[in-house]
Amino acid sequence: MNNPFESKWSRLTQSPYFIYLLISPLFLILFAYVVYPFYQTFLQSFNGEDTLLNYKKFFSLASPANLEALWNSVYISVFSVITCAIVGVTMAFLLERYEFPGRRLLSVLVLVPMALPPLVGVLSFTFLYGESGIIPRGIQALFHLDKVPFALKGIWGVIVVHTFTMYTYFYLTASAAIKGFDPSLEEAATSLGAGRIRVWLKIILPMLTPSMVAASLLVFMVSMASYTAPLMFGVDRTMTMQIYLARTNGNLEMAATQSTILSIVSITFLILMRWYQNRRNYQNLSKGISVHRSEVSSKPLKMLAVIGSFIGTLVLILPILVLVLISFSVDGSWTVQVLPPKYTFDHYIALFTDERTWRPIWNSIQMSFVATIGNILFGVAAAYAMVRLQFKGKTLLDILIMVPWALPGTVVAVNIIAAFSTENIFAFNQVLIGTFWILPLAYFIRHMPLVFRSTSASLMQLDQSIEEAARSLGATWWYTFRRVVLPLTFTGVLAGTLLAFVQSIGEFVASILIYSTSTIPLSVAIFQKLYAFDFGTACAYGVLQIVLILIVLVISEKLSKGSAGTAL
Amino acid sequence: MKGVHLKQVTKSFGNVQAIKDLNLSIKPGEFFTFLGPSGCGKTTTLRMIAGFYYPTTGHIYFDEQNVTTLQPNKRNIGMVFQNYALFPHMTVDENIAFGLKVRKMPKKEIETKVNRIREIVHLGEYGHRKINELSGGQQQRVALARALVIEPDILLLDEPLSNLDAKLREETRFEIKRIQSELGVTTIYVTHDQTEAMAMSDRIMVMENGEVKQIGTPQEIYNRPVNRFVSNFIGESNTIEAKIETVSADDITVQTKDGMRLRGKKQNVSPLAQLDREQTIYVSVRPELIQYGPGENEMVGTISFVEFTGLSAHYLVKMQNFTLKVMILNDGSPLKKVGEQIMLNIPSENLYFLGE
Ligand SMILES: Nc1ncnc2c1ncn2[C@@H]1O[C@H](COP(=O)(O)OP(=O)(O)O)[C@@H](O)[C@H]1O
Ligand SMILES: [Mg+2]
Repeated sequence: MNNPFESKWSRLTQSPYFIYLLISPLFLILFAYVVYPFYQTFLQSFNGEDTLLNYKKFFSLASPANLEALWNSVYISVFSVITCAIVGVTMAFLLERYEFPGRRLLSVLVLVPMALPPLVGVLSFTFLYGESGIIPRGIQALFHLDKVPFALKGIWGVIVVHTFTMYTYFYLTASAAIKGFDPSLEEAATSLGAGRIRVWLKIILPMLTPSMVAASLLVFMVSMASYTAPLMFGVDRTMTMQIYLARTNGNLEMAATQSTILSIVSITFLILMRWYQNRRNYQNLSKGISVHRSEVSSKPLKMLAVIGSFIGTLVLILPILVLVLISFSVDGSWTVQVLPPKYTFDHYIALFTDERTWRPIWNSIQMSFVATIGNILFGVAAAYAMVRLQFKGKTLLDILIMVPWALPGTVVAVNIIAAFSTENIFAFNQVLIGTFWILPLAYFIRHMPLVFRSTSASLMQLDQSIEEAARSLGATWWYTFRRVVLPLTFTGVLAGTLLAFVQSIGEFVASILIYSTSTIPLSVAIFQKLYAFDFGTACAYGVLQIVLILIVLVISEKLSKGSAGTAL
Repeated sequence: MKGVHLKQVTKSFGNVQAIKDLNLSIKPGEFFTFLGPSGCGKTTTLRMIAGFYYPTTGHIYFDEQNVTTLQPNKRNIGMVFQNYALFPHMTVDENIAFGLKVRKMPKKEIETKVNRIREIVHLGEYGHRKINELSGGQQQRVALARALVIEPDILLLDEPLSNLDAKLREETRFEIKRIQSELGVTTIYVTHDQTEAMAMSDRIMVMENGEVKQIGTPQEIYNRPVNRFVSNFIGESNTIEAKIETVSADDITVQTKDGMRLRGKKQNVSPLAQLDREQTIYVSVRPELIQYGPGENEMVGTISFVEFTGLSAHYLVKMQNFTLKVMILNDGSPLKKVGEQIMLNIPSENLYFLGE
């Protein structure tokens, strides 16, 4: 019992500072891969004859490209918030409160945009609605017009794509809020003599406000970070594009300056969002009451509903259909025709047989696998520390984990370049740029919060006394962790893991800036195929990604249902 | 079966001192209860004994072994949690077997032990049930079985009955007591319910604000409380403020504010009270020790409230400066009515004097 090692060890473990020894690896990782790269970029932005030179250039009115980019980014983001809010909230109300033909199908399809990886989503939109897109050309051919009647391009193209891909943030929060609120509140107001409009203004809208504010902040942040849409629609004057251009032109200091400014905006919004989330609290006061749906009954309204839901269904499903269609087209054959003229099954065969075709897939799987393992180890440990341990610096840990998620992928890439294009201790004295390891690192950083959040959610539901019961029965901490904590939080860990994995497979924004040519990832391959007019192969890749995401969504859905059944 | 000794234990959370200088000796095999209002530090003390908290200062011993900072898994304790804390992903048997598996016992032996304890807690056929297929009372017994099967040196129970409905609570109370005396394990029981504490315990520790107020058998605590807090917390009690008038060899006379004289026995003075003349003192009388009619310490008052429970009649009787709770066992005589005058007497040996 009294061997000297044991007593020394137990003295160490009982010290109140032992906890800091335990959590120090977490902080070390965050320091090395979040704070340090950020700091390097920050330093780099002050390089030049005059420390503030880059900032002076940025804000100079003489060459206003940067200011214009900042303005455009804000402008696009504000508009995206407005259009997303209108579409998302309307959809939520229609689908949650009304019964009409086609509602069930529409309520499944409404989440389709979430299944589209960013690049693939924009891709299908340009195929559909772009200047040489199927719809504009189809109309032109149908009515024998001289030129296409409309086409998505420029800033409006970006906003339309944002609306399509981001309205789900509003839709999800709004429909959760609508589901959560008690219809008897509305009935109470009506019984007190309030008219329909009054009920809306005084009861329903105020109840929705918190979720709307949260969703607005989120959409704004994501729009500011958007890179793929401006790239595909050729809008150079946005922050992310300016960073990309500065970097490809070799003006690293300017890229660093732009990144720093964009980071400040993003982090401000992150902090705003957290602050706001902490004070929102009414919703779900009464649980388990489902809203009753009103039937759409009058004839003209019914017609309108049928037409509306048909158009909605079409708009939602077309991007996927067009990808599938083009994935069968012969590469290089589709030029000025409305639809691709020649079809083949070769691309799908090549996916599994041709080394050059499957290589990027395999690269992405390997790199995502490595990154996801890192995400699991870090995420589970951080979630456990966050939920179960008492220490000073929790808020800091929480924010540091969320920061990489708030930072635009472009910025993450610039930070990584700043930190890891020279040897340093955090990269074990290697230059990481140009190696296999750079993308797994980027994926790890970008998707850091996913496993963390899903794991901490399920840990919070797990009563602490269950762990204590195991300990009191003689189990060591580690035994308890393996036999009790992990099995009970498994679904949470797995859900986050799957999400991190598919996100890594689809990651494009950071990849395009830092991939190494020996290990090209899938998303960059799609981009390259596109520019080589190999539309068929590009779309086959895209379809593959969508299938992967759908599989993950189905598994997650099953998991969350399954765990609800076995919980106490 | 081990004794538990706490020596000058304190526990602070930040600036809050939850436990102040606690000294305590629990004998092997004893059924010992921590009793006190919510927030007084019962759970904190229990968790220090379990090893989930370490004392800020002071020491804890199991027999002679200093366990002050020993990890909980090395203490050989059985603990029953308020919410049972059963493992939801395991069956009843797997839950019970958990502690035995940790101890690397052979499979055969585990099976025998699990079967035996399942019989003891009357869960014979439920071995393969999932936890969420059991009622609250059954879950409670699984928790008890799981804690007992490892043959702990000490059994710790933190308000184990508070999640059960009234009827089950009484039933389970007897059950726990039966099993405890069958196995003879040292048991520490936490509750804020004084009836529970009185019914089950060999000894009780009454706590308030992180301090021990009194340790004693249920009778000692009920009949000879050390102060007003204990006297009011345990059962019903009347406390009347008075000043000491005379103290003789056997007797003590006090005067209440409205000039009423009360005479009691000197042996019925709490050890914490001082017996100087003019000293303020509190007279404590249990409602059931007050009688009808003329006699020692007689007084007349007006009835302001009547309640009949079948077993007894309860009256509130208004005197000039205070109100007395009176309980008269039902002997079939007619009930008094509100507004009626009533004469009462308190035999002098039924008065108890408290210092604070
Ligand atoms: N983990 C903790 N952190 C801070 N204060 C605590 C903690 N646990 C208990 N306390 C405080 O210690 C006091 C005693 O609590 P507790 O032992 O739970 O009371 P009881 O079990 O008697 O109701 C309370 O004031 C409580 O707020
Ligand atoms: Mg308690």
